[in-house]
Amino acid sequence: MSQKNRLSGGQLNRSKPLNFTFDGASYQGYEGDTLASALLANGVRLMGRSFKYHRPRGPISSGSEEPNAIVELRGGARQEPNTRATIAELFEGLSAKSQNHVGSLKFDFLAINDRLSSFFAAGFYYKTFMWPKAFWEKLYEPMIRRAAGLGSLSMQDDPDHYDKGFLHCDLLVIGAGPSGLAAALTAARSGARVILADEDFTPGGRLNAETFTLGDASGADWAKAAIAELASLPNVRILTRTVVIGAFDHGIYGALERVSDHIATPASGKPRQILWRIYSQRAVLAAGATERPIAFKNNDRPGVMLAGAMRAYANRWAATPGQMVAVFTNNDDGLRTASDLLAKGVRVAAVIDSRSDGPAFQGAEHLRGAVVTDALGRLGLSSIKVKLASGETRQIAAEALGVSGGWNPNVHLTCHQRGLPVWNAELAAFVPGTLPVGMVVAGAANGQLSTSGALASGAAAAAQALEGIGITAKSVDLPQAEDAPVRVTPLWYVPHKGRAWLDQQNDVTVKDVKLAHQEGFRSVEHLKRYTTMGMATDQGKTSNISGLAVMAEMTGKSIPETGTTIYRPPYTPVPIAAFAGRSAGADFRPKRLTPSHKWASEQGAVFVEVGMWLRAQWLPRAGETTWRQSVDREVLATRGSVGICDVTTLGKIDVQGPDAAEFLNRIYCNPFAKLPVGKVRYGLMLREDGMAMDDGTTARLAEDHFVTTTTTANAVGVYRHMEFARQCLWPDLDVQIISTTEAWAQFSVAGPNARALLEKIVDPEHDISNEAFPYMGCGEITVCGGLRARLFRISFSGELAYEIAVPTRYGDGLVRAMMEAGRAFNALVYGTEALGVMRIEKGHAAGNELNGTTSALNLGMGGMVNKKKDSIGSTLSEREGMNRADAYNLVGFQPVDASKPLLGGMHFINQGAPADAKNDQGYMTSVAFSPSLGHSIGLGYLKNGAARKGETLRAVNPLAGEEVMVKVVSAHFVDPEGERLRG
Amino acid sequence: MIINHPLLGPRDSQEFVYLGDANLIDRPDWAAEGAVDTFHDYLYQRTNPAGLHQELWFHEQGDRSWLVVTRNTLTHEITKVELARDVARSRGRSK
Repeated sequence: MSQKNRLSGGQLNRSKPLNFTFDGASYQGYEGDTLASALLANGVRLMGRSFKYHRPRGPISSGSEEPNAIVELRGGARQEPNTRATIAELFEGLSAKSQNHVGSLKFDFLAINDRLSSFFAAGFYYKTFMWPKAFWEKLYEPMIRRAAGLGSLSMQDDPDHYDKGFLHCDLLVIGAGPSGLAAALTAARSGARVILADEDFTPGGRLNAETFTLGDASGADWAKAAIAELASLPNVRILTRTVVIGAFDHGIYGALERVSDHIATPASGKPRQILWRIYSQRAVLAAGATERPIAFKNNDRPGVMLAGAMRAYANRWAATPGQMVAVFTNNDDGLRTASDLLAKGVRVAAVIDSRSDGPAFQGAEHLRGAVVTDALGRLGLSSIKVKLASGETRQIAAEALGVSGGWNPNVHLTCHQRGLPVWNAELAAFVPGTLPVGMVVAGAANGQLSTSGALASGAAAAAQALEGIGITAKSVDLPQAEDAPVRVTPLWYVPHKGRAWLDQQNDVTVKDVKLAHQEGFRSVEHLKRYTTMGMATDQGKTSNISGLAVMAEMTGKSIPETGTTIYRPPYTPVPIAAFAGRSAGADFRPKRLTPSHKWASEQGAVFVEVGMWLRAQWLPRAGETTWRQSVDREVLATRGSVGICDVTTLGKIDVQGPDAAEFLNRIYCNPFAKLPVGKVRYGLMLREDGMAMDDGTTARLAEDHFVTTTTTANAVGVYRHMEFARQCLWPDLDVQIISTTEAWAQFSVAGPNARALLEKIVDPEHDISNEAFPYMGCGEITVCGGLRARLFRISFSGELAYEIAVPTRYGDGLVRAMMEAGRAFNALVYGTEALGVMRIEKGHAAGNELNGTTSALNLGMGGMVNKKKDSIGSTLSEREGMNRADAYNLVGFQPVDASKPLLGGMHFINQGAPADAKNDQGYMTSVAFSPSLGHSIGLGYLKNGAARKGETLRAVNPLAGEEVMVKVVSAHFVDPEGERLRG
Repeated sequence: MIINHPLLGPRDSQEFVYLGDANLIDRPDWAAEGAVDTFHDYLYQRTNPAGLHQELWFHEQGDRSWLVVTRNTLTHEITKVELARDVARSRGRSK
């Protein structure tokens, strides 16, 4: 096994080797490796292809900021594209693939894009592919679609679970580097409830990547001891592998815990990931800093990486990208990389320091006042060109180059509530400005870049945060640690004719920024959108500041004048699956089952989703091959004898109190004050703007007791509206309301034999004859030998009909009892389709007609709006625009040729007029095939329709070029006189 | 966001449904002169303050109270939470 670039030491478990594959080739690494560190140790620098130009790329970082080493992990249903090799923990059997190439990673046919780069410069999308027009749909778009987007999906269902969790704490500490650990120790020892979250699998942050000592211990050992102490305390919860993704209002933070990403399959009962919502009193942001590169020609060659990452690989992972390396820096910190790699036995060809006045470096050739001007080696770095202080150019052989342009504090979470970072000239970086309420920033995130400064500021931040919630912090003895000053001389890019990369993931170069400037896209927000800089999955963590520094130079403004784009959540990418949690597939939302669901399932009913409800749509019988056969049968059987339908889903609101009648009088546009006890009345509810909101029936069971129904869809909204009226508009009306939708199972029993059927189950002491229980009567009765029930004589179908309600738990029993009682009448249960057909035949409005744009007048109920009382919507329904002579009226339509079907949404056009918006006469709202009439029928809104019965119009569907001649008729197709329902 | 319910204490805003400006409490007199115009203004004319805003929230997943929440639209800071019924009464509404 050849781990030719594996060094000594590191924080690896060498007793646990792990086998893995990359692009089919087998390799070995150790427990503690990331995919990137294991590949580097195996001598693999090339890990992917860039997005636009398909340039060969390797990792530039060792953390979540990685723009380049983006790979596809695992296979089968667990295949996961666009993961960062730099944070993917190695496990036994891990299979990884590179992305974004046609052909092999080494010979990518789309690398031709790189040769054509002048076509793909910033804004190419807006400039190229403009003509010829016909080429867009057929050629350009499919080509771009195929080339765009990284990785591929398995197209299989994700077999893993994702959870959501909720946590509460006094102090949330974000990041477990030196400042975060100092903050957590301070708070934990003071008795505060602490949550410490860190994105890494080993807490410690840069302490694991550096060779500094803290007191007598190595940084990594000190971190380990601190974590051990914290873990032993009952008031601390440590979340590793957990990224805090956003700072939200009132101390709420979002966090993603990658519970099982580091193992092949989640342990039984464990989720893959958890999206936490953390409610904190205070938070300490100790998110550290991210190193930034210096741009120069071909600085994207595999092997060119951030200097801090290079020494993290060497110190923590005992891996080096090459045996001969070089370092290019503009600050002191870069020099550490050279000394650390030398200490690990790696040869350092040269240290190129852009400063002439920096400290001298011993141990390797130190080229001061020099810059790197080019990188050579297409699939991996072989040498660099250096322009010396003297002006001469020298070529230096190196397999890897560590680049340091300084460090940017990770201010991201401080900006999530529109806080703007401020420029610190000494650090040449943005530091936090205005903070979210309750947040304190510590350590490198706050510009304290030394270890000593990080520890002290962490402890102080925790004390400050706790003081705000009345906890006095105990002081913590902090160890001695390095306290080097930051010495940096800004250098953003090395000017040269070639392409120098800023944003490597989105392939944005210095040239692109200059082009954006030249074309007038100069504000940072324009720059971002025009060049797409910072818009990839890494959100420009290593590129944004450099990009705006280049723009600042172009415009002659300072960096603070140029400003920065706002960082938004999430800090790192979050899978959609984590946001969905358990709400996926069939569990996308709660399912509500009707009381007759079990019975209907036994009958083989076809169900339809109505809001959250599952309702029987039709109940097919043997021999029926189309839904129409079933529905037609259900309609004819109901109109011929008797049919039963579960209408439990309709909203039911119980209204009680001395002022109940007055309350309903104001909710409905028609009067309710004088509704007698034992009677039901249809009610139309308007919104305050005069448009119809909902309709239903209201039964008066006692002087001070009403039961009102709503449509299924509006049950929740109508209840909310009635509570608004009760609490906000008329707070002293003595009325109480409660939703009883779930409390009562309710069935419609319709058809000429409806009464005969009910008489078999209603207890004999209750007279339900036509005389004793006339149309629109209601009452409390008992059925089946003493079961309390409510009976309403109302009809949606137009037949002799009742609705009967029993406590929900008896719903299943009632439907079975009624089917048994109805056997003599061939009773059946009909579904929502037959329900719809019958209401259209009867001309009753439903959701299609009460569509939020129609008034009482449109519905043909203008006369119902009582002008002698105040009700919601009555005043504004008098507006002139709502009472025009050519206002829509709801009327019926039938095809002139009875064999023709009608289509919902068709628009009406006068004969001889062109089918355009100017000549629009209205539209079809509901259509059905009427088995009672033997042809299609429709309801629709027609301008001045009430006066146009008998007219023949065109009903058109311009989208599909369809047209039917229709006759305007009464909306009441069946039993227009209403004799059946009174019989 | 967290809304400090006057009866139930701090609750996550996810339990609530937002309606809008608390001026919706001030429903005009239907019988007054020019009621169509005053109703029009009541329904459609809104100030859009950058700062403190009184707004109606309904505790739908809770006790079904309507609340008047005073929120700073720039910072989301909530400075006051009252029962809408109490606010309505204090503004002279009754039966």
